[in-house]
Amino acid sequence: MKKAWFSALALALIYGCASTPPAETAPAPATPGQTLPAPPPVGVKPLAPSAVQTDPLKDPNSGLAKRSIFYDLDKYDVKDEYRPLLQAHGKYLAEHRSSKMLIQGNCDERGSREYNIALGQRRSEGVKRMLVLMGATESQVEPVSLGEEKPRCSEHTEGCWSENRRSDMLYGGEY
Amino acid sequence: MRKSATLLAALLLFANAARAQLTIEIIGGGANQIPVAVLPFVGETALPQSITEIVEQDLTRSGRFRAIFVGGVNPLPADPAQVNFADWKSRLADAMVIGQAQRLPDGRFEVRFRLLDVPKQVQIGGVAFTLTASQVRLTAHKIADFIYEKLTGERGVFSTRIAYVVKQGARYELRVADADGQNAQSILISQEPIMSPAWSPDGTRMAYVSFQNKKPILFVQNLSASKQPAPVANYRGSNSAPAWSPDGKQLAAVLTRDGTSQIYLMGTDGGNLRRLSFSATIDTEPFFTPDGQSIYFTSDRGGSPQIYRMAVSGGEPTRITFDGDYNVSPRVSPDGKTLAYISRINGRFQLMAMDLESRQIQALTDGQRDESPTFAPNGRIILYASDIDNRGVLAAVSSDGRFKQRLGIQAADIREPSWGPFMGN
Repeated sequence: MKKAWFSALALALIYGCASTPPAETAPAPATPGQTLPAPPPVGVKPLAPSAVQTDPLKDPNSGLAKRSIFYDLDKYDVKDEYRPLLQAHGKYLAEHRSSKMLIQGNCDERGSREYNIALGQRRSEGVKRMLVLMGATESQVEPVSLGEEKPRCSEHTEGCWSENRRSDMLYGGEY
Repeated sequence: MRKSATLLAALLLFANAARAQLTIEIIGGGANQIPVAVLPFVGETALPQSITEIVEQDLTRSGRFRAIFVGGVNPLPADPAQVNFADWKSRLADAMVIGQAQRLPDGRFEVRFRLLDVPKQVQIGGVAFTLTASQVRLTAHKIADFIYEKLTGERGVFSTRIAYVVKQGARYELRVADADGQNAQSILISQEPIMSPAWSPDGTRMAYVSFQNKKPILFVQNLSASKQPAPVANYRGSNSAPAWSPDGKQLAAVLTRDGTSQIYLMGTDGGNLRRLSFSATIDTEPFFTPDGQSIYFTSDRGGSPQIYRMAVSGGEPTRITFDGDYNVSPRVSPDGKTLAYISRINGRFQLMAMDLESRQIQALTDGQRDESPTFAPNGRIILYASDIDNRGVLAAVSSDGRFKQRLGIQAADIREPSWGPFMGN
């Protein structure tokens, strides 16, 4: 059960967050305040229209839907193109002080496994530092490394390697 | 002997004897191999398996010996007086091994063997063993160690053990096996990655990194205990790269509790934490020198990952590698004279050896993805992780680069080897 949920999440991450901009899937229109169907006529109190707020973390239209940052070989600096994304997450964390985030740094499969743990940590650490600059607090964000141990893509090609050089931002409840 | 029996019993508690055995393929040939004739022992068929077959395989696999054909000898000699030395001289044997085996009244076995110098026609040495049916392999490895030491002047490693990680689908196993890859037992099974196993210097404990809590956490497991230990280091971020001090009292490991990956010293239970490296960059993969005074490690403080050395007492590190832009995974030979490490050369990861005195460098392998070198306790062989057709295998190379062999398991990824220490008799 938990596993299925996790795979679903993984899929959501893959399709929702690839940095090579994926064709934005048509979002399911958020419909707060939709009128409910006519209530049954007898003895039931009509409900007030519910004001359900869509969770921006789950809204594919939101700037928060993307959760991944990609890197060049051997590098851990966050490229400029990811600044707006980090800004959006930093702002969200600033506005939701009870939210926690785990950042997982990943590497491609080449080179020393232990060096890749350190490199992945450097990647997640860099993301954390930017999020803190953009409003998050230190205690909200834990950077960890998965090194080359949990590749998203398992082919031994440059295409896969570039997808695996990545930091993922996961909110509490998502890991 | 009692210790290894206890260990075996404890390992059996895990009830998951590794089914797939390692197979060994010898690739290169060694030079100056000693021609040795290992004759079947008289009465050997009483044993559950052939002991001389294992002895001969051990010796040839080391690259130091060449087996002489021993067919057509009848009757088999059990005593030097029964040996036709002229015949063995004409077969070009320099040394020969004879012996006998018999079942004892209590169900155990006795095996005696003698090592003979053929040109001189004298006995070099001989030993008698009393063993149970489950100790045939271990006894064979001990006989091979005896022969190896008498004929080469160096200690043999046939009765030592290796550890490695096997990945099969989504399942990870940390296994301990004889140095020839046989007799493998799982000491940890997990659905999450396991890496960096490191034997304690006395061979009773194993440090390793587990991802079972979704991030790297450091454990030290007692090999005679049947339960999962408590973590030794589980700080914020990542905890990895364990290395034992030669006296077995301390671990060096890499933590990120204060920022980037830095090297710390701690007791083997994780207590008395002391930060050893102070940089704003990556410092990882610590490895103690045999005297325990210094640590080799990998750092990108110069802009690319290179190998450095620092004193355990503190002070400025010295840079050791300068060629290329990726030199990692330093391991010092047991005599402290050679540094094995991995170098990226034109996109290929190769095993290198540096003579620490002359700083001369030799490429030992020409693979694509060679990783994680580990010295045999006698320093003669380096075991490392390699791959064939994108499947992880273990490979071994003599420290002079001349002799190579490969150990693989069908349909499984095998990686992260760690060679255990000499064990007391």
